[in-house]
Amino acid sequence: MTADHVTRRGLMQGGGALLAAAPLASQAQAQAATTASVSKGAPMTPVELTVNGREVHLQLDPRTSLLDALREHLKLTGTKKGCDHGQCGACTVIVEGRRINSCLTLAVMHDGEDVTTIEGLGTPEALHPMQKAFIVHDGYQCGYCTPGQICSAVSVLEEIKAGIPSHVTEDLDKVTFSAAEVRERMSGNICRCAAYSNIVAAIGDVAGEAEA
Amino acid sequence: MKPFTYERATSVEAAARAAASVQGARFIAGGTNLLDLMKLQIETPTHLVDVNRLGLDRIEKTEEGGLRIGALVRNTDLAADATVRRDYAVLSRALVAGASGQLRNKATTAGNLLQRTRCPYFYDTRMPCNKRKPGSGCGAMKGVSRSLAILGVSDACIAQHPSDMAVAMRLLDAQVDTVDATGARRAIPIADFHLLPGDTPHKETVLKAGEIITSVTLPGPIGGTHVYRKVRDRASYAFALVSVAAIFGKDGTARFAFGGIGAKPWRTAEGDAAAAQGAQAVAEATLAGARTTHDNDFKRPLVEKTLASLYRQQEARA
Repeated sequence: MTADHVTRRGLMQGGGALLAAAPLASQAQAQAATTASVSKGAPMTPVELTVNGREVHLQLDPRTSLLDALREHLKLTGTKKGCDHGQCGACTVIVEGRRINSCLTLAVMHDGEDVTTIEGLGTPEALHPMQKAFIVHDGYQCGYCTPGQICSAVSVLEEIKAGIPSHVTEDLDKVTFSAAEVRERMSGNICRCAAYSNIVAAIGDVAGEAEA
Repeated sequence: MKPFTYERATSVEAAARAAASVQGARFIAGGTNLLDLMKLQIETPTHLVDVNRLGLDRIEKTEEGGLRIGALVRNTDLAADATVRRDYAVLSRALVAGASGQLRNKATTAGNLLQRTRCPYFYDTRMPCNKRKPGSGCGAMKGVSRSLAILGVSDACIAQHPSDMAVAMRLLDAQVDTVDATGARRAIPIADFHLLPGDTPHKETVLKAGEIITSVTLPGPIGGTHVYRKVRDRASYAFALVSVAAIFGKDGTARFAFGGIGAKPWRTAEGDAAAAQGAQAVAEATLAGARTTHDNDFKRPLVEKTLASLYRQQEARA
């Protein structure tokens, strides 16, 4: 690859490979296998999803992860593939109101369900408060983990509001917002640029506004 | 990922029959462990039976005063359940000590009991592993074994059981309720549910082909102070090096179960009996028969120090 061809995307994929060198080989195998089986006419499964309020109908190899369905089939590339093993959180989306790792679930398992991705939270013209706060607080550098961070952060505030305890909750019956709670609850979202302190500040901002 | 066929089960009985009748079939619930292993081709099921919509997601009181937890209750919901928080707090604490928020939203009660080891040699298909490939040897024993088990291990395998939740379930004397393809039901005490590796480390539980977990039942609450202490390499989202689940009674009695050190969630009658004598006695009784490697010998003192810390905390409370 010459310098002229170094794209942001290429660098991102390089970063993903560094994060999880071992699984990369298996991803390549999986992709090769997908192509082979499709040409042999493997049974495709119909999957219906509501993604960001829009009903979509897909025919998928059952192996297709929800992440690949979003990115490769629906071209919603806001959601990112980092490790593809549930370790980094870049693929976090909100399904039926809950944040999950879209890489560790099959699209067919979510037939009929409601999915919200970063594209559904807000648009450049009408940003979600969490997106706005990430910009104000500079809660990123390269931006690759950001969609996952934001989907996760939006859900974290909901989880605190719903009284779901965390590892740092002192009294299981009194779940309240704090920076310590944010740090613990966001531990499934890795940021290699280490924008963590600004991410905590951004989430704090939105939590403060929500309370006011 | 190897190709597989997929079906969504419409009843527990149909799920059990489907899994028993297709060679290489597996149930899939949360999928957070199974799909990870399928991507690495450590697990290569030919057929997946999706059990997510079987309605096994309720938490209800039993006639005996205990609690029946549906197999599909998600870790997040179990940790947040009002009865669990009040009467079985050690279970809430163990659950929120495990994994990440995203994973807990998907991971199920039954799936957690069935999760497989995080031994690096099990995960690396280029390495020998008797659990992954019976008869291929164990790369861990003379390799990197820092995270691995020191109790219940064998010459064939020193893999650790990775669960936090199961440690609390062991402490609470949970029972695993199942149904098989013939409709026969079993109630398996959790102490008997996981198998020690012996010569067959690939056999991890007493479940038969097609046998499906429908619920996990807890006996009535026993009161006391519930604690779960997890020692790990980072403050959040890491597997235990050593974890201790404990219930301290008002009369000086206590019970203990351990994670990170056993081939299965670890609890001994001897350890519980030594409770009144303090941390050192409990550690000695628990660790009788421990077999360590150069890499994980630190777990012996770490068990004692973790217990000592819990005792100090308990004394400060009293």
